[in-house]
Amino acid sequence: MAKKDIYRIGTGAGFSSDRLDPAIDLVARGNLDAIVFECVGERTLAFGHRDRQANPDKGYNPMLERRMRAILPLCREHGGTRVVTNMGVANVEGAAEATAAVARDLGLSGLKIAAVLGDDVSEDISADDDLWEPGCTVGEVGRPFIGANAYLGADAILPALEADADVVITGRVSDPSLFLAPLRQHFGWEEDAWPVLGAGTMVGHLMECAAHVTGGYFADPGLKDVNDLANVGFPIAEVTADGSAVITKLDGTGGRVDEQVVKEQLLYEVHDPTRYLNPDVVADFSGADLKQDGKDRIQISGGSGTERPEKLKVTVAFDGGYLAEAEVSYAGANATARARLAGDVVEERLARIHGSNAPRRIDLIGAASIHASALEDFDESRDVRLRCAMRSQSREDAENLLWEVESLLNCGPSGGGGYRGHITPSVMTYSAFIERDQVSSSVEFIET
Amino acid sequence: MSRRPLREIAHARAGDKGNRSNVSVFAYEAEHYPVILAEVTPARLKQEFGNLLRGEITRYELPNLNGINMVMDQALEGGVNESLNLDGHGKSWSSLILSLEVEVP
Repeated sequence: MAKKDIYRIGTGAGFSSDRLDPAIDLVARGNLDAIVFECVGERTLAFGHRDRQANPDKGYNPMLERRMRAILPLCREHGGTRVVTNMGVANVEGAAEATAAVARDLGLSGLKIAAVLGDDVSEDISADDDLWEPGCTVGEVGRPFIGANAYLGADAILPALEADADVVITGRVSDPSLFLAPLRQHFGWEEDAWPVLGAGTMVGHLMECAAHVTGGYFADPGLKDVNDLANVGFPIAEVTADGSAVITKLDGTGGRVDEQVVKEQLLYEVHDPTRYLNPDVVADFSGADLKQDGKDRIQISGGSGTERPEKLKVTVAFDGGYLAEAEVSYAGANATARARLAGDVVEERLARIHGSNAPRRIDLIGAASIHASALEDFDESRDVRLRCAMRSQSREDAENLLWEVESLLNCGPSGGGGYRGHITPSVMTYSAFIERDQVSSSVEFIET
Repeated sequence: MSRRPLREIAHARAGDKGNRSNVSVFAYEAEHYPVILAEVTPARLKQEFGNLLRGEITRYELPNLNGINMVMDQALEGGVNESLNLDGHGKSWSSLILSLEVEVP
């Protein structure tokens, strides 16, 4: 059968908690060959490990069942749109089982689900291993180890696609590889065809954050207006055999696809644009050429690449103790001064009464907070929320922070109200490198 | 010549990896790309925001996109896992840089 000249691939999620309705719309109306759900960040992976340690059946994306239930029937109805996703997070087999259970429940028989395994290298990490960031060994971090995952590439996903899996579930793979794999399979790009792999990686990179390339994370009213942002559509790439593509979205959705939006996403989380490191290729975005090709259509070409890096990147996760945050508000005249005084009281008491030396931060939200360390002068405000934050390995320390902020209500400056406090578990993630031959991937299948 | 906020002639997006932030800055109009090159330099960012942008800053230039990419080490108060900043990803570092006053011909 002749291969189609244009491969249509969409993005159904650009982060773990992304919206579902634009993904449903894409599968229903996008005439897609494949849809990718990208749902893993360094922290979600660490939390996935922790979830799995608490319950061996968990550790995959908490929205997996909900997403699969909504899209699997549509994927079948629309000619077998293939699903590629890293929603396996820290439990790929569990995610595949859960997907199969949803499919059976929906009466979808003959659905082939592939689990791509091998990214979890937790058992290969020892205390003597070096961490590239922060430049010490695993043992020297001095925190309980949670888990470690290597960034797999498109080559790990290919066997699943070649076996005609309808749904491919992975754990940690490089985000653009989720897109590059089906493109490689469709167009027959060889594993050392560096320029076209670089071009395909550029397309994957533009697509991996979903609405980031269709007008999300962009609007600045008056300067950068985005039409119907509440209904922003998710992207489609119409990819051709040379790795160039048109980035677009469905008619009737909100957002915009133009040079400004696409340029911003091209460099998102990129460092040297001539050397974007991926397991598949060192991609080069510096020759990118963008042309408007009708409304909400950007033709992108000029991506290239050179030989892939020798080693694979590994994310190593550690227990980060507790993050304690507590807030109380001051409003009206002199609010900033009262909030500042309240913060000073908390600081003094945590040190003197509780002997806490955990890292702390005081914000005056509304007057000086997020950019406070960068700027010297701030305006006084009539509506200030004091925020006190702390990270500590000690639960008691964290509880003391909440206590001290709450007790401001009776013992602090005048007119404090609206106390809220919470303690959340925290993780630390650092990066290392691993030899390719220490990582072996495999694929397991479930058929419903 | 007039002093104007950078945001009137340029747009930007911030991203993070570990304790490293990158902010891309693009001129709306090609004629303003030289303003960005002249004004948005590592030295200027260190001078204005050095208490926050604590490490080395590298600038990559993309003339075909009328844009630059500022890559800033030790710029996220430890990074999203470690920072106590409300915006631990530094998503708003783009807005910070766009607040720079620049000389526009």
